[in-house]
Amino acid sequence: MTDGLQTMLGAPDSHAAAAARRFATRAASSWSADLAYAMLASPLGDLLLVAGRCGLVVLHYTDARTDLDAELERLAARRSPRIVESVAALDPWRRELDEYFAGRRTRFDAPLDWSDIRGFRRRVLSATARIPYGAARSYGEVATAAGSPRAARAAGNALGSNPLPIVIPCHRVRHAGGGLGGYTGGIERKAVLLEIESQQRG
Amino acid sequence: MDALPPFQRALETHGDAVWRYLRGMVGAQAAEDCFQETFLSALRAYPRLHSYSNVRAWLLTIAHRKAIDHTRRARRELPLDAAPDPIAPPAPERNEQIWGAVAELPPRQRAAVLLRFAVDLPHRDVAAAIGCSEEAARRSLHEGMKRLREVVG
Repeated sequence: MTDGLQTMLGAPDSHAAAAARRFATRAASSWSADLAYAMLASPLGDLLLVAGRCGLVVLHYTDARTDLDAELERLAARRSPRIVESVAALDPWRRELDEYFAGRRTRFDAPLDWSDIRGFRRRVLSATARIPYGAARSYGEVATAAGSPRAARAAGNALGSNPLPIVIPCHRVRHAGGGLGGYTGGIERKAVLLEIESQQRG
Repeated sequence: MDALPPFQRALETHGDAVWRYLRGMVGAQAAEDCFQETFLSALRAYPRLHSYSNVRAWLLTIAHRKAIDHTRRARRELPLDAAPDPIAPPAPERNEQIWGAVAELPPRQRAAVLLRFAVDLPHRDVAAAIGCSEEAARRSLHEGMKRLREVVG
């Protein structure tokens, strides 16, 4: 008897998952949580988007579930563990990215959180953010725009640690000789982004 | 101290246990509000949590306080002869009978039975959540189960 009673008391309840989703959505919209995240399916694969009160904190290429977990754990340790999942909270960035991938958007207006990007890296990424849609710059040109003309290689490293690829368009930076150079998400993704920007449909 | 994982993980892993506990304590309708309050309090306090290893017991301790607060408020607001909150029956008659019997247990026995059997906390954590000695928790559990068996056979 006791066993039957225990089994019944312990049976899962489908309402629980819905209540948990309602909680996460509310915690994100009221910013009781410090960070909210959501996934976005894109031509480049699944993207993890993470935002806080001040704007988008991370855009991350996730090739596997483990990438997602590792990135969220890194943010929990580095910024705050108060992280919840909310598609609604990431809506402004998801919408702009969808439009960008469809060739209908040439600049991003939803806010970015620059607070974790400092020093030389900040100067390099700020210079990169100003490269127009469809244009290209060399590593040396970006280093010059960042105020350190001789630091092309260091600029390349700073671009390699861009926490906000696509929206800070490091894919528009390539070798002076015309080679694509490197890319955080892999060179294939860089080529897809350049392809999108060469076929913009207005 | 190890870094805490994202709060979302605690919500996903233990939301079901918190829900089942609250449903048994305050009924399905009030469980929604208590659930939201529990996780909001937990989210606020989360960065100060010392260790993630016993996050389940920690969440249920908070849920227990919310359930007791709710019970006190409800008792003040309702006339004395009012029926307790309806418990949503998960399915057939027998379940209804058991949840009805759980709802009629005194709060401490109800909490002990749910924490031990709906949520599967060890006796030590049941006692900590209720805020009593392990011995007292075992006694409440024993009394509660005895009553339930009398009602449901």
